[in-house]
Parts: sequence; structure tokens; C-alpha cells
Amino acid sequence: MEAQLPQPVANGDSLPYWQGARERKLLIRQCKACGELHFMPRHLCPSCWSDQLEWVQAKGTGSVHSFTVIRRASDPAFASRVPYVVALIDLDEGPRMMANVLGGDAMSVAIGDRVQVTFEDRGDGALVPQFTRVAG
Amino acid sequence: MKTPASLKNKVALVGVGESDIGRVPHMSGLGLNAQAAKRALDDAGLKVSDIDGLLTAYSFTEPYFMLGSVLCEYLGLKPRFNASMVVGGASPAVMLKHAAEAIAAGQAETILVCAGENRATGQSRDATVATLLAVGHPYFEQPYGGSIPGYYAMIAQRHMHKYGTTREQLAHVAVQTREHALLHPNAHMKKPVKLEEVLAAKPIADPLGMLDCCLISDAGGAFIVTTPERARDLQAKPVYLQGIGEYHTHEHLMCAPSLTEFGATESGRIAYEMAGLGPRDIDVAQLYDCFTIVPILELEELGFCEPGEGGAFFAAGHARIGGKLPVNTHGGMLSHAHAGAAGGLFGIVEAVRQLRGGLGARQVEGAEVALVHNEGGILSSHCTLILANDRG
Repeated sequence: MEAQLPQPVANGDSLPYWQGARERKLLIRQCKACGELHFMPRHLCPSCWSDQLEWVQAKGTGSVHSFTVIRRASDPAFASRVPYVVALIDLDEGPRMMANVLGGDAMSVAIGDRVQVTFEDRGDGALVPQFTRVAG
Repeated sequence: MKTPASLKNKVALVGVGESDIGRVPHMSGLGLNAQAAKRALDDAGLKVSDIDGLLTAYSFTEPYFMLGSVLCEYLGLKPRFNASMVVGGASPAVMLKHAAEAIAAGQAETILVCAGENRATGQSRDATVATLLAVGHPYFEQPYGGSIPGYYAMIAQRHMHKYGTTREQLAHVAVQTREHALLHPNAHMKKPVKLEEVLAAKPIADPLGMLDCCLISDAGGAFIVTTPERARDLQAKPVYLQGIGEYHTHEHLMCAPSLTEFGATESGRIAYEMAGLGPRDIDVAQLYDCFTIVPILELEELGFCEPGEGGAFFAAGHARIGGKLPVNTHGGMLSHAHAGAAGGLFGIVEAVRQLRGGLGARQVEGAEVALVHNEGGILSSHCTLILANDRG
């Protein structure tokens, strides 16, 4: 655990998301009216503006849409982690989210790599969704 | 969607000004704005009492709420039209659009637009970088330790993946804008830089190194917009707005519709259509260049080359003064100055100067039509404008 890293901040839009993460579940929003899934969680569907939404559990698999290796951290909390990978992950369900790619082989990450969700301890029981590369 | 009403020839830019630029520790952020405003007013040959509107953007270094009102107070203005706009780096071009709309609607006659901050000396470099983290999403991006260079680096990486754009092509952008800055008497950077130096510079976020990133300057910029009728009897040759368009697709990178196609295509399309002009009619372009990948993308989106060919366009030297389409003749944000919204504002200042002529070695010969593109956020908010030195 790196206790100095930022803990998640939940609000009215995201409380179930972060509660789900504490249970090692990656939850995303789905519109009951048009069926579209979206990330980040919102009060209404950004496609059709229906406010009839539900939480669905993502499989936790996806692929790397793009990434960078941070060599100089802007946030001092991350200085000790340099170098590290920040990536945009396309979940297999469709929505795109940002996360770190963690693990011993993270620095060899490439666009298109398959990844699997994992949960990183940020202290006090708070977990944040992260990803690791899937071999093969 | 309805085509925006035309603003062609509704306004002229009649005065431009830059503050002292670089490290200017003896001046405040508001002071830099005031110095630029005074120089723009003198350039136009106008009196303070002629100004009946003011637009400004935002400041990260000075803790003022209602920056537009604060700046009016500082300058002793009591205008009938005033606002502070926050669309990131797109703010200056969008402010020009709002000024043109207000003037065309008769809500004001002569509007001062200015922006600037003391980012180099008003706070530490680390504080500036940390403040800029706010551009990332507080709950879904910032917990992962990204950075503004990091977000743009992901865009560069995707462009390289899709089109084969190279690290060297990115570096050419930095080298060429530096060459241009050396021709500008007020540019922050005063020394040439070689391709090898850009490639060997301290790595920030792969593939971007320190010299792929814009400057952190103390700088203020200003321009004055008025009616074509009022412009006619002023001292400087007026420059007329021919077309202007904006388009906004997201704020946070995770919500960008694409990492290779952004809103500049649409903002450019609106501007070209309003002007009745196309990419081939443009003599000089001042593109947003917070990172070297950005003007490459903008060249493509604004129709100056095919998608994926922006890097090769720079590497071939086409963007040099004397090339096919000179880009960022003042040195851009990579080498002239970057201080908040002033960065993109200097593109407008330089376009006006190029269209007036007489810039010596920096002058694009025969420049009659200029394009300026500003973008804000992470290629989130876009505004393209086309200026000309006659009314077309």
C-alpha cells in the first residue's frame, strides 16, 4: 500500500462506484431507455438524457487505447512512483476510462494490449480500479 | 444544426500589444495585462474613454474572483460590456468571437480583450504544474497521477500508432518554432535549439520531453476590436475578421470522442465557410502549440495536409517562414511565450502584425489572409478564426 496516494472522493454521482470498488467490483452506468453504457457516472444518460439508469458490473477486461510513461510527476504524491504508466482503457463493454497499468511488465505496455482490472489499496479500505496486462 | 450567423467584416482589429515577456518579477499579473492593454491602445491610437467593453479570461497565479470586473477596476474602466471567460487556451479566440457578436449587435463599439499571468515568477514552477492538474478530472483522472503533458502524450502516442508519426517529427516542431522566435524581439527564448537537443531533453511523459512542452512565462497580451467604420480613421491598417467558428466536444481526455480526431475540423469548417475561403487561401497560420503534437494535429484538421501527414509537413520545412504555410511566425507557445490564456492570444497579435506587414526577416511575404487556431483543455474546446487585411 502507498498510503500517500490520493484516496477516492465519492459524490452523489459516484458513491455506488466507489462502494463497488471496495468490494472489488467495477461498476458502470447503463441507460435503461437507450441501453448505452457510459463512463464517468452521471445523473443522466449523455446519449438520450434519460434519468433512468442502472449500475452494471463490468467484466473487468479491456484493451489499452493509449498510454504514456510519466517520467516527471506533476502531483508530488506520485513522485516516488516515477516512472509509471497512465493509460486509457477501452472496457470490453465499450466505455473508456483512465487508470494506471500496474505490474512488473507494465513498462512494456503497448497500444492494443489486453488488460484485466485489479484493485489498488489506497488506505482505510478504499480501493481504486487499476489494470494489469494479460499475458498472451 | 443551424449555421451560425455570419460575422464576416463585422469587426476590425485595430490595436495589439504584448507586455514584457519572460521572467518579469517586478510586475504583477494584472500589471502585465495593463501594460499590454496600454500598448494595444497606443498602437490603435485610441483613448481610454473609447473603450466601452472588456473581456478577459482567468488567472491561476492571482486569487481574484470575477477577473473581468477586477481588471476593469484596476484599469479604471466602467464598461457596459464585461466578462471573464474560461474555455482554457481557446479563450482568446472565443473572446474575439464574443466581442464581434457584441459589436455586431450594437452592445458595444470598442472592446479591449486581454489576458495574461505572471506564471514564471508569481509562483514556483512546481506550484504552476500542480495548479494545472485541475485540468484533469478530479475524481476519475487525477487519482491516477496523470499530468497535462501526460494527457497530450497519450494523444501523441495514438497518432504515432495510427499514422506512423515519429519522435523526430515532433522534435522538428520545437526546432522550427524556436527559429521563428529568434526573429521576434520580445520572445521569451533567445537561443537556437538543435534537433538532437530536443530529442535528448529531460523526458517528461513518453514520447514528450521538456522541449516538446510549452514555456511557463510571465506575459500579458491584448487586442482591441471595433467596428469597420470606427477602424477607418485610426492610425494602424485595420485587419478584418473574415470567419470564426468554435466547437466543443469534451473537457476530460477520458471523455474525448477520439484521440486522433478533434473539434478543430468543425470549428475550421465554420470559419472557412463564413469567410468564403479554404485552406489554400491562407498565407500564414498561428496554431496552438502547447505541445509539439498539437500543431501537427491542427494542420491536418484544418485541411492544410492529409490526416497523418502533419509530422512530415513540419519535417519537410513547409511550416518555416518562406515555406508553403509558415506556422507560428512569432515562435508560438513553445518559444515565444505561454502564460495562461495569453498563449493563444499572441497568435492573434502575430496574425494582425503579419497582415499589417513590415516585420523584416519575420515577415511572410505578401501575407493577406491569416488563420489562427486556439484550443483549450485537452484538445477539448476549439476556436478557429480567419483575418484579412482587406474586406475581401
